[in-house]
Parts: sequence; structure tokens; C-alpha cells
Amino acid sequence: MIKSFKKNIKGILIEGLTLSSALIIIAIVVVMFTVIVIGGKDQITWEFLTSFPEDGMTKGGIFPAIYGTALLVILMSIAAVPFGTITAIYLTEYAKENSIIAKTIRFAVRTLAVIPSIIYGLFGLGFFIKFVGTQMDNAFLGGQLKWGQPNILWASLTMSLLTLPVVIVSVEEALKTVPKDLRAASLALGATKWQTIWKVVIPGSISGIMTGTILAVSRGAGEVAPILFTGVAYYLATLPASLSDQFMVLGYHIYVMTTQSANVDQTMPIQFGTTLVLLMLTFILNFSAIILRYRIRKKKTD
Amino acid sequence: MTKKTKKGRKSEASNSGLIDITQKKFRWSDYLAEKIIKGVAFLSITIIILIFVFVFRESLPIFSSAKSAEHAEAASNTTEVQETYGEVTDQPIVEEVQETYGEVTDQSNVQETYGEVTDTSSTKSPAESYAVSDGSGYDDNQSALKSLASKDWYPVSDKPRFGLLPLIIGTFKITVISILFAAPLAILAALYTASFAGKRLKEIIKPTIEMLAGFPSVVIGFFALMVLATFLQEVFHYDTRLNSFVGGIAMGIAAIPIIFTITEDALTAVPKTFNEASLALGASKWQTAFFVILPAATPGIFAAILLGIGRVFGETMIALMATGNAAQMGLNPFESVRTLAATIGAEMAEVVFGDTHYNVLFLIGSLLFIFTFVINAIAEFYVKGKLMKRIQGK
Repeated sequence: MIKSFKKNIKGILIEGLTLSSALIIIAIVVVMFTVIVIGGKDQITWEFLTSFPEDGMTKGGIFPAIYGTALLVILMSIAAVPFGTITAIYLTEYAKENSIIAKTIRFAVRTLAVIPSIIYGLFGLGFFIKFVGTQMDNAFLGGQLKWGQPNILWASLTMSLLTLPVVIVSVEEALKTVPKDLRAASLALGATKWQTIWKVVIPGSISGIMTGTILAVSRGAGEVAPILFTGVAYYLATLPASLSDQFMVLGYHIYVMTTQSANVDQTMPIQFGTTLVLLMLTFILNFSAIILRYRIRKKKTD
Repeated sequence: MTKKTKKGRKSEASNSGLIDITQKKFRWSDYLAEKIIKGVAFLSITIIILIFVFVFRESLPIFSSAKSAEHAEAASNTTEVQETYGEVTDQPIVEEVQETYGEVTDQSNVQETYGEVTDTSSTKSPAESYAVSDGSGYDDNQSALKSLASKDWYPVSDKPRFGLLPLIIGTFKITVISILFAAPLAILAALYTASFAGKRLKEIIKPTIEMLAGFPSVVIGFFALMVLATFLQEVFHYDTRLNSFVGGIAMGIAAIPIIFTITEDALTAVPKTFNEASLALGASKWQTAFFVILPAATPGIFAAILLGIGRVFGETMIALMATGNAAQMGLNPFESVRTLAATIGAEMAEVVFGDTHYNVLFLIGSLLFIFTFVINAIAEFYVKGKLMKRIQGK
């Protein structure tokens, strides 16, 4: 009796301990979310979202930062999604599961996913700006400085390297849900391998490609470290008009306003407002990605 | 089998009017598609190599020019070179950065040297400073190399010292604090999700973790700076508001999703037979969870912690916002620290391309890269091999 009771106590304690850890994590998320929503909700007006900053960021809106973020993630997706999709297609359709090449590529993808984002920033500076950009300037502009300095093109390319693994992983997962029978049927009807991939496999995994894109966009919208020295600017009076312009970004805006501006207290409401906008943006993106992925997994089990 | 070997002959037969359906027609589009796809797939490997090459390349001058500097005489104008650093980039932010740091950290020593530089530099012309740093960039590399092991990180002063020790200590301090905070929470929560939780609770916990993984690090940094720092200071009553403790907790929050996801994967990968065998022997649910499933998944949990460490080690934005950013040697968790990644993030925008400070920052980048690469490799090969062996019972 006593022994089994002791056992029970231990069991309850351990289950309670694990449950409370789970609850603490949920609580952390809820608290962070509520604090930012409460702090920023009064800020969010149409005017705040569509006007330029004024009076050293103490008044006005954050439109250029929203615009810059959108432009950044669009350019980034244009670079990352096709390359990521093709890599995933190679891994699932062409490469043999246990070949050395496939293993090496998988290892490379996972390494790309864990490399700190600041390293991408360094790489963007050292490779895109100082190497490619300077070479371009020397070749086409006779040494005149245009591409050899931070701009939105290099920033989005840097960001696309960071989000490449995100795309690869989700597309690969989706490609695997396309039934083997479909592929076999297509091949049996005389379609070539490429035709099968183009007409059967890719349409069947389009939602996976969408998930990958959304997750990549959400990641790209929130990252700041890779663009710190590859193109972002604190304040610009005009919107970026060409690929060689600098741009503003929500995340960097928050960072500079909180740590480097002279009047932190005055900009406090705007800081919360900007953070809320960024958080809602990534939240909505992630949420739709989760729903899409849930549907794909459901399809897989059906 | 026979069809394949007779391919050659069959194509001859097709000339005589028979349609051959076994022979594949060579198609350019297919051939090209395969080659292009294969080429693109190698991109990720290429990127890794390029990152390796280019981050290293920019840090190399410290070592190579240190040798050539043996011939060059120690120049007395080194001091001048240093003074011109702030100048060329002339970012108005520079001054502000230091001011806000100063308020937060009370590091009068560091701040003073920063202040001097920005003052003196504003009087010189950009052309001058370019010339000076070009000419004598080599001379200070030797001393820079020597100072790497020193205790001071004063990159912008009359005699710059690039002591990496305080940065490394700061980074380790933060990593230890955040893993001590995040690992138990995440592992226990994962154990709960994998072993005890009902379906409905699972459907709350997992998406919540996914949402947390989607929190931009800037947002977590903002939360730490605005709310967490004040809250923790009220609870623990320490002096400096931003310190390694606050930064560590904030980075722990960022590391929780990684540790949780990988641990949970490892726990669910343990075969059901383990579970059933244990229950059949009369063990209770918690005993099975704690003494059977958890031990079986230890290599996976180890990998989870490793990758969590990798995440914290390279985290930049939270470190910039919540740790106080003062390079100090002390081991007190309630002191401000400056991490390796934050140093790159804070100083890279202000250095002159090609000078020693620039190279040292890239050297720090190389260190970070190697560290995360090794961590990932260990997690990948060693741990996975062990996990597979254990689960398959070999």
C-alpha cells in the first residue's frame, strides 16, 4: 500500500513537473504576445501604417520600413524559392537516398540552417559587396562606386541564402507526400522523368512550395543581423527606387529606436507599435504556414 | 534484364519498320533538366564553401601581414592611424551608440576612449585618413595579433587592443545561463508532450512552440529590453539593468523551440516496442517515460542541446539589445557582457574597409562559423549514429 502510494506520488510529481514546464513555455509566449499587443495596439492606425517618420522618429508612421520589408522579402523569395525548390526536387527525385552526394547536400543544407545569421551578414559584405559589387563597378562603371556598397539587391540575396534551407526542407516534405503510384502511372503512360516532375510532381506539391515560401518570408521579415551591413538604413527620406538603393526595415527600425536613438522615452509608443506590426506580420505568415502544413500532413495520412 | 543487354540490336530492328517501345529516346529537354537540377542542388554546398572562403579571406591579413611587418619598422604614426577610424565611415549613429551604451553599462573606461575617437576624427578630411590607413595598415597588425590574447577589447583607441578573451568569456557566460534556463524547460516539456499529454493538449503545445520559433529575435530582444530587464531587476535587485542574466534568459527563450522540437523528435522516434515492453513488465507510465524512453533518446537530447548552444552562440540581435554590451572579464552573471556576435553587429558598420579592426571582426566571424559548423557536424554524425544504433539495438 505505502509503496504504491509512494510510487504514485513520484509519478504525480514527475508528471506535474513536466506539465508545468510546458505551461511555463506557453505562459512565456502568451506574456510576450500580450505585452506587445497591449503596448502597441493604440499606435496602430491607418496613418501610422502609411506615413513617413517625422521629428527624429518621435512622430509619424513607419511606412518606409513596411515598404522596405515587403520589397526585401519579395526580392529574397524570387531568389530563394526557385533554387530551394530545385534542390528539393533533386534530393527527392534524382538523388539516391543514401548516395554520398545526397548526404553531402543534406548536411550542407542543415549546416546552412544553423550558421548564425550574422555570418551571412559578413558573407554578404565580403562576397556580394566587396567582391562581386566591386568587380561589377570596375567592369561596367570604370570604378565608379555603385554596386560596391550596401544596397537592397545584396541585402535580399544575403537574406535568400539564409532562407534557402527553410524552402528546401518544406518543399522536400511536400514532394514526399506525392504518391509513388502517380509517378509510376505517369511514367507508364510514356512521360519522361522531367515531364512527370513538371506535370505531376510539382502540381501535386504546390501547397508545400507555398508553405516553404511563407515560412521563408516570415523568417526573412524578422531577421536583422544579415542586413545590418548589407543594405539597411535607419532613416531615408525617399523610398528605394532601384536595386542599388538602401532601404528601411521594421526589425532594424525597432533595434535602432530602442538602443541608439537619443530620445528612447519619446519614441516608446512607436517602438511598441512597430514591434506589434512586425510581430503580427510574422504571426499571420507563420499561422497560415502551419495550417497549410497541417493540410499536407493530413493528405499524407489519408 | 535481357532487354537491356539487347538494346543495341533492337535499335537495328527498328530500322526495319518495327516500332520499338523498349528503347528510350534521348531527349535534350530531359537531359538538360537533369543537369540543371543537379547543378542547382550543388549550390548549397557551394555556398558553404564560399562562406568559408570569404569570411576567412577577410580575416587573413592579420596573420599574413604580421609576418611582413617584421621587416617594416614599428611606425610611430600608428596612433594617428587609429584616430582616423571613426572618420571615414562618419556615421552619426556612432556617437549615439556609445552614449546609450554608456548610460546602460556605466563603463566609463570604455566609453571614454570611444568618445575621444569620434571627437578627433571629425576634424580631419576623408582623403587624409584614407592615405594614412592605406600606407601604414601593416604596421599595427603585428601588435594586433599579439593583443588577441589580451584582456582588453579597445578596438578604437590610441593603441587599439583586440583582446578576444572578454568577448569569449561573455559569450560563454550567456550561453551557459541560457542553456541552464532553456534546456530543462524544453526537455521536460517535450517529455510531457511525447509521453503524457492528451491529444488536445498536444494541439495547444506544439503550435505554441512553432509560434515561439517564429518570433523574430528582434522582438524577443525588444521584450527583454523593455519588460524582462525591468522585471528581473525588481525581483533580483542588481545594479546594472542590462546584463548577461537578462540576455541569457532572453536567448534561452529563443533557444527553447529548437531544443524542444529536436528532443520531441528524438522521444517519438523511440520505438513503441520499448514503451510496450516496459509497461508489460509492470512499470508505470512515468517510470517508462523517465527510465526507458528518456534514456533511449539521450543522444537526440544531446543533439538538441548542442544545436541550442549553436543558436545562442551566434545570436546577434538579442545580444545587442539586452546584454549591456560592455566587454568585461568578470564571472558575475549580473554584469554587462559583450558577446562575439554582438561585437560584429555593433562595430562592423563603423570600421574602415581593410584595416585591422575590420579584419579582426572577420576573424571573430570565422571563429563563430567554425564553432557552429563543428557543433552541427557533431550533432549530425556522432549523435545520429549513436541514436540509430541504440534504437535498433545493435
